[in-house]
Amino acid sequence: MAQFEKANSLHEWLDQRLAIDTLERVLAKEYWIPKNINFLWAMGMVLAFTFGILLVSGIFLLMYYQPNVKLAFDSVNYTIMREVEFGWLWRHVHAVAASVVFLIIYIHMFTGIYYGSYKKGREMIWISGMLLFVTFSAEAFSGYMLPWGQMSYWAGMVITNLFSVGSLELNGLVEWIRGDYVPGQAFLDRFFMLHVLLLPLAILGLIGLHFGALRIPHVNNQDGEEIDFEAEAAKYKAGNKKEAKVIAFKPDFLSKDMFVLSVFLIFFFYLVFWHYSFAMDPINFDPADPMKTPPHIYPEWYFLWSYEILRPFPKDPGLVAFGIAQVIFFLIPFLDRSPNVAPAVRRGKFNIWFWVMLVDVIVLTVMGKLPPEGIFSTIGLVATVVFFALWISLPFITKNEKAV
Amino acid sequence: MKELKILAVVVFFTLLTYWGVEPYAHSVMHKHVESKDFKYEDLKPLKKRGDAKRGAETFVNAGCTGCHGVQAANIPAPMDPISAAASFGVNPPDLSNAGALYDEKFLAALIKNPAHALKVEHKFTEGRQHPMPGFYGVGGDMEQEVADIVAYLKSISKNIEEITPKMAFEDACGRCHAVHYEKWTQIGEKPKFKHEKDELLFDAKVLDYQDYLTKYMGKLPPDLSMYIRSRGEHYISTFMEDPQALLPGTSMPRVGVNKEAAEKVVEYLQDSGDLKRDERDSVGVIVMFYLFVFAFLAYLWKQSIWKELH
Ligand code: HEC
Ligand code: HEC
Ligand code: HEM
Repeated sequence: MAQFEKANSLHEWLDQRLAIDTLERVLAKEYWIPKNINFLWAMGMVLAFTFGILLVSGIFLLMYYQPNVKLAFDSVNYTIMREVEFGWLWRHVHAVAASVVFLIIYIHMFTGIYYGSYKKGREMIWISGMLLFVTFSAEAFSGYMLPWGQMSYWAGMVITNLFSVGSLELNGLVEWIRGDYVPGQAFLDRFFMLHVLLLPLAILGLIGLHFGALRIPHVNNQDGEEIDFEAEAAKYKAGNKKEAKVIAFKPDFLSKDMFVLSVFLIFFFYLVFWHYSFAMDPINFDPADPMKTPPHIYPEWYFLWSYEILRPFPKDPGLVAFGIAQVIFFLIPFLDRSPNVAPAVRRGKFNIWFWVMLVDVIVLTVMGKLPPEGIFSTIGLVATVVFFALWISLPFITKNEKAV
Repeated sequence: MKELKILAVVVFFTLLTYWGVEPYAHSVMHKHVESKDFKYEDLKPLKKRGDAKRGAETFVNAGCTGCHGVQAANIPAPMDPISAAASFGVNPPDLSNAGALYDEKFLAALIKNPAHALKVEHKFTEGRQHPMPGFYGVGGDMEQEVADIVAYLKSISKNIEEITPKMAFEDACGRCHAVHYEKWTQIGEKPKFKHEKDELLFDAKVLDYQDYLTKYMGKLPPDLSMYIRSRGEHYISTFMEDPQALLPGTSMPRVGVNKEAAEKVVEYLQDSGDLKRDERDSVGVIVMFYLFVFAFLAYLWKQSIWKELH
């Protein structure tokens, strides 16, 4: 057993037992970040914080929510929104955070693509990030079922139907997922379980993996420059902070993160109090009615681009296209054949690829919401074709890229 | 400033996406109807000046009290809601405040030809009669008699300022729509019961009423508890003004409320489905204030630390 001397302070007492000083040094004070970064590198912390907001507000909602098809709607819209003190606040915070987290995820992803932060040792960061994206999507979808409104019910119907996989007609699988022929009590119960237990646990684990994956390759920087972290850290520690190309996570990076976070929170709470309907679809304030199909069924905005890819094709090819779209972003580290880690603007054709991809995904998103008629379905079809053409061309246009 | 340029790009694409999936998509998906300010210009203005005293008599002679109660004039409802619904499909509303709630042109038109004023003529074809009969005069100048009845209804009614949102809703919409978040049923407010049996009996009565109403309307009018959130203020207001403009062929009548009454009805629905709206605003202001202070301090902290780094 180790020798324990009498501690003179709580800090010392804890340090003896948990080595908190060493932990702080390894995880924060001597966790090196490149200096040459912009506010986009704070998006990861914004995401972690928003996940925290979701967790805390979710716990409060959980105290009054009733996972029962007869009670769910009123437990949310009456009990939480009217009876519980500040229940409305927790609900708006939770709903808006669930929507805004995807905006930040997309910014975070496109930042990674723009700066090439997914290659040369950073592949696992990217893959763990994509796993987070997929798990977050499942988390958002399962949460959307809980108020048991019209959109909960009908989106649940439409999305679980996809598992019949077109002409394969795997109706048994669909029933297995739903626990019934149509969405009902069993369906609500299991999505409740997924939403409040299994998926949040998975997300916590994946965030750990994502952070761990950052440790060895370190984060990228605005120029994609390869930094000798040990040499630069030595400069920093010697007091030559101005010349060192790295900064410490605490307090240097953290102080900037805090500022970016505070600006984000202003935007976020503005939405919570005065501009929330984009995150809480009006149709979901009608209670679920299995006898009445809403005229327009669409998912939340962050699923629209992949939903649009499903629509223009006949059943089977549509599903294949949809399936590919779900996983294709996983493959970008391997489809991008260029060894360059640099901002897209210096990478010639890849720069065009990046901006066309960004605009294309936005076009798909907008078309995914509009009714699939006339000009809208034509635009949607073109955008879908462009989407796949871009992915097919990626290895070819990056293969012969000039070294920068 | 490079960071500001990057921010501008991020904001631009965010707003573009927002515009596409919200304002633009909704403008394509939902028919937009502008309010005509509850002027009811399709109806003719009254030609005569009514006399309330004469109107009181004409009102009784016209048989209005055979179906409607008028509490303000101590005239009780001739039937309980269930029996009334059994006879007419719906309970004829108490007319105490009709003079303040409904537009006067509308009232005159309603008295003469209910199905026309209510814009439900498409439902009453092939000899089917609207349960409220048209008034064909009691012997004198019919225009005068109608104007007198309208003047009488106005004279007994409370001023519109004294009418609460609840009263407005119950008189104008409550015979068809339940609002269970406000404990409102089509046969009145649901009381608190000591005995479960009494509650079940009450519920059974509501179900009976709803059966008659469903037969009359073709479908059960929806519970409006959360409609302020699912449809929004603008939709509800323009729908009240002219249901046919938004749902052509619907069996919901044009109720004929005037602008002030319509605002009260909307307020009632806001109390039901968006009760904490004022608290939301006031808490919002405090939170924003806090966040601006927080952002300012965060900025100072960042500056003080980064001074040494550049
Ligand atoms: C035979 C029964 C009967 C008689 C007589 C009758 N009403 Fe009605 N009245 C009704 C019914 C039923 C309704 C509800 C109709 C509906 O909602 O579809 C109604 C509705 C009304 C309304 C509310 C309309 C609205 O816009 O919501 C007013 C005002 C009214 N009646 C006034 C009168 C007046 C004034 C008279 C006398 C001239 C009269 N009624 C005579 C049965 C009657
Ligand atoms: C005579 C019965 C009757 C009265 C009185 C009545 N409604 Fe309705 N209302 C209906 C029926 C029936 C429907 C269903 C219409 C449909 O789906 O075609 C309806 C539907 C509605 C809807 C939903 C429309 C939609 O888009 O689905 C709203 C909102 C509404 N009514 C508001 C009101 C308000 C506000 C009042 C009072 C000013 C009122 N109603 C008075 C019968 C009535
Ligand atoms: C909610 C989930 C997520 C959280 C909490 C999170 C958190 C973080 C954090 C804290 C960082 C380091 C700081 C930064 O560069 O922003 C980071 C970096 C990174 N993340 Fe995520 N992330 C999430 C989702 C994703 C997703 C969906 C992807 C893309 C598939 C992704 C890809 C990356 C990449 C490539 C980096 C490295 C950036 C660089 O090296 O410059 N992350 N993440």
